[in-house]
Amino acid sequence: MVKKYLSKIYMGIIFIFLYAPIIVLGVFSFNESKSRGNWTGFSLKWYIELFHDHDIRLAFYYTISIAIVTAIVSTILGTIAAIGINSMKGRQKSLILNVNYLPVVNPDIVTGISLMILYISFNMDFGFITMLLSHIVFSTPYVILSILPKLKQLDVHMTEAAMDLGATPMYALRKVIIPEIKPGIVTGFLMAFTLSIDDFIISYFTKGEGVTNLSIVIYSMARRGVRPTINALSTIMLTVVLLLMILINRRTNGHERSNKTNQSEV
Amino acid sequence: MKDRTKYLAYPYVLWIIVFIALPAFLVLLYSITSKESNGLTTIHFTLENFKKFFQPMYLNILWDSIYLAAISTVICLILGYPAALIISNTHVSNRNTLLFLCILPMWMNMLLRTYAWMTILGNNGILNNIFAFLGLPRFNMLYTRGATVMGMVYNFIPFMILPIYTALSKMDKSLLEAADDLGADKKTVFKKVILPLSMPGVISGIIMVFMPAVSTFIIPQLLGGNKNMMIGNLVEKLFILNGDWNFGSAISIVMMLIILLSMSIMNKFDIDKEGGARLW
Amino acid sequence: MKKWFLIAAVLIMVLIAATGCSSEEKQTLNVLNYDIYIDKSLLKEFEEANNITIKYDTYSTPEEMYIKVKSGASKYDLIISSEYMIERMINENLVNKLNFDNIPNYKYIGEDFKNHVYDPTNEYSVPYFWGTLGILYNKTTVDASSVSWAMLWDETHAQRIIMMDSQRDSFAAALKLLGYSLNTVDENELDEAKALLIEQRPLVMAYITDGSPDIMINEEADMALVWSGEAVSAMTENENLDFVIPKEGSNIWIDAMIIPSTTEKQELAEKLIDFLCSTDATLRNIDEVWYSTVHTEAIKQVDEELLSNPAFNIPQDDIDKMEMLRDPKEFIELYSERWTELMAE
Repeated sequence: MVKKYLSKIYMGIIFIFLYAPIIVLGVFSFNESKSRGNWTGFSLKWYIELFHDHDIRLAFYYTISIAIVTAIVSTILGTIAAIGINSMKGRQKSLILNVNYLPVVNPDIVTGISLMILYISFNMDFGFITMLLSHIVFSTPYVILSILPKLKQLDVHMTEAAMDLGATPMYALRKVIIPEIKPGIVTGFLMAFTLSIDDFIISYFTKGEGVTNLSIVIYSMARRGVRPTINALSTIMLTVVLLLMILINRRTNGHERSNKTNQSEV
Repeated sequence: MKDRTKYLAYPYVLWIIVFIALPAFLVLLYSITSKESNGLTTIHFTLENFKKFFQPMYLNILWDSIYLAAISTVICLILGYPAALIISNTHVSNRNTLLFLCILPMWMNMLLRTYAWMTILGNNGILNNIFAFLGLPRFNMLYTRGATVMGMVYNFIPFMILPIYTALSKMDKSLLEAADDLGADKKTVFKKVILPLSMPGVISGIIMVFMPAVSTFIIPQLLGGNKNMMIGNLVEKLFILNGDWNFGSAISIVMMLIILLSMSIMNKFDIDKEGGARLW
Repeated sequence: MKKWFLIAAVLIMVLIAATGCSSEEKQTLNVLNYDIYIDKSLLKEFEEANNITIKYDTYSTPEEMYIKVKSGASKYDLIISSEYMIERMINENLVNKLNFDNIPNYKYIGEDFKNHVYDPTNEYSVPYFWGTLGILYNKTTVDASSVSWAMLWDETHAQRIIMMDSQRDSFAAALKLLGYSLNTVDENELDEAKALLIEQRPLVMAYITDGSPDIMINEEADMALVWSGEAVSAMTENENLDFVIPKEGSNIWIDAMIIPSTTEKQELAEKLIDFLCSTDATLRNIDEVWYSTVHTEAIKQVDEELLSNPAFNIPQDDIDKMEMLRDPKEFIELYSERWTELMAE
């Protein structure tokens, strides 16, 4: 029992650590002055300004849409690729995996500038698509890396058994493989989304005029001071996500109680 | 079917040739050519850029970055492992929530969160104000190496918790029961069963924290007050401020090699012997 | 799970399509500027008056902007940037000459801001805001009677001094203190300056380019090396703060408007420049930005409080002693290596 108590305290401390800056950001989004550290009074003015600030809303829109599309595309691309790579052997597999790692290993500035040069050499017009492409490029490796271990675990015999029982390869894929690696797919999706939302340098060098994202806006603000309008936006974003999470949690808990499940991971 | 499945990867192979290999080749090209005064690179092959890097000044920066990144990684491990363990021992219905709560902070912009830490750690910041209120002395926390390390731990600890959790959750619980039945005490069970089985996750976690920690530049800039140049700052500065893409590329290649080398060493410790390091 | 993906995907595709189609009927003008550096309602007014759309982007450092413009990755019609970068861009033919017939309001630009080394014939740029480098300090704790760069080396303020992360600006303080030019390429002079900066290291709380005014307002430091424009608003937010331009001399920087050579909307861009140079637009900009103005009419109409602010209203004596930063492209190595040495201590 003591152990349970200690565990709860420990996790509590970890969460306080993780959320301290977020709470500070949230609190100061209601600050009267634009000071980051001095509380001068309660005010909703930054939220109101947020509704009038077209540029920040546009940046938010681009950030979210690129993040969602990136996550979806790189998850699909990554899943198919991972299944294929998993069937490879030896040197071929190693080579592909190591090249796959490069965006993960390289500093962002290198990836950003090299992609910029690539697009220029292909005479591409910079805009939404170039930025989206770049996001998919650096996210897909993480998806693959999330799924590969799960594929390794996959009982090869299950797929063979399925096909012995008359399933086509596609059917086996849909009904056997995908459900087994689902936790990896979900994790990969979340990672891709997370990475895309926060990206600055790669986005900066591969975007077009009029396209921007929240990170770029925030970095440009650094020169004159980050306005609490951004705090307001972030607070809203996080609150929405938290609420969504609580909702989803309620639903899945409901499902789990009515299903008997042996899958208990992410 | 096995033979045909691998063709599924071919579209992606094409993709990485165009979007990863080609740009990487460009970087390599820059690293082995020289910089002309007008910013044009003559196709003049040279190893000068690499030689330049092997001077004490730059090697010190590299060493310092590795050192701070290593400390941060170790702290992430010490703090993150128990967290992962606790989560894996929690009731199934709460696990996803806990994990999600660990990831959620990363969805708020990194720059913003780092600014918030500045507010918390500043000389007239939140923590110091609390200390003053309680009659304690003020501490100089911001713009120190400690602040940089803390910032890195803060930013990367979810990357340590998640893979360790995944490894622990895959563990066959009946093994624990068996060890227990055979008379092992809790400590031995941990040392001989849990820890080894979670190693793949630990290794993935170490890699996923160490890599970005080594090349980060925002955190030493904002929380460290720019008082220690790290390799990430140097590369960023070379590319942007100096316009010296050649030297910058050379340093990137060196870093790439170091990291790929350490990953292959780490793989020797991986029991499952997969053909490449894993994230989870 | 799959259902959600599909729905989200369709939704996003629709949204993407929607933004793509929305504003294609009107002409667009692409403008690039620093953040909080323009009253956005001015852009709106211009959009409506000319029936166009303005795509407005912001950036944080000239070097980043230069990479994108030079490589051809971006196509802006109007860019507002700093003098040393404009110098480089003019030399590399990245900037178009201006047709001043389309910019009659150019007559309001003060003579002090013309004929500078970055655009000696005044054919390529129109000044926008200007300023200098100086020391923002806390009156209650710092004795500024010396009016010297040496203030930043005062040991009694150890760990409460802020220098800039910008190598040229921090070196400028040291070089000026030594009586040298801030564009020097003399290695001995630079070594002396480097030694001074190394000596100063233990006294420096942090090297910050963006964000030091906030720290001064919070009184977490005693003095900071800042650009004059930043000092203006800082002083209005904390009465204990004051600004001084050291007697050894400082630099003069000018941010100006240029039209990149890739533009296809030269006339429209020139029209926007002219609009921004009108007295009314300038006054509204000053209200938003709070940096020193180049506009001879506007300065007469600026309110008392701003005029009495020494960071806004810079004395002529100081202006006469000021030196302008040159494009460091040819010699940046000299500064960079020494700066890296300083940082690698």
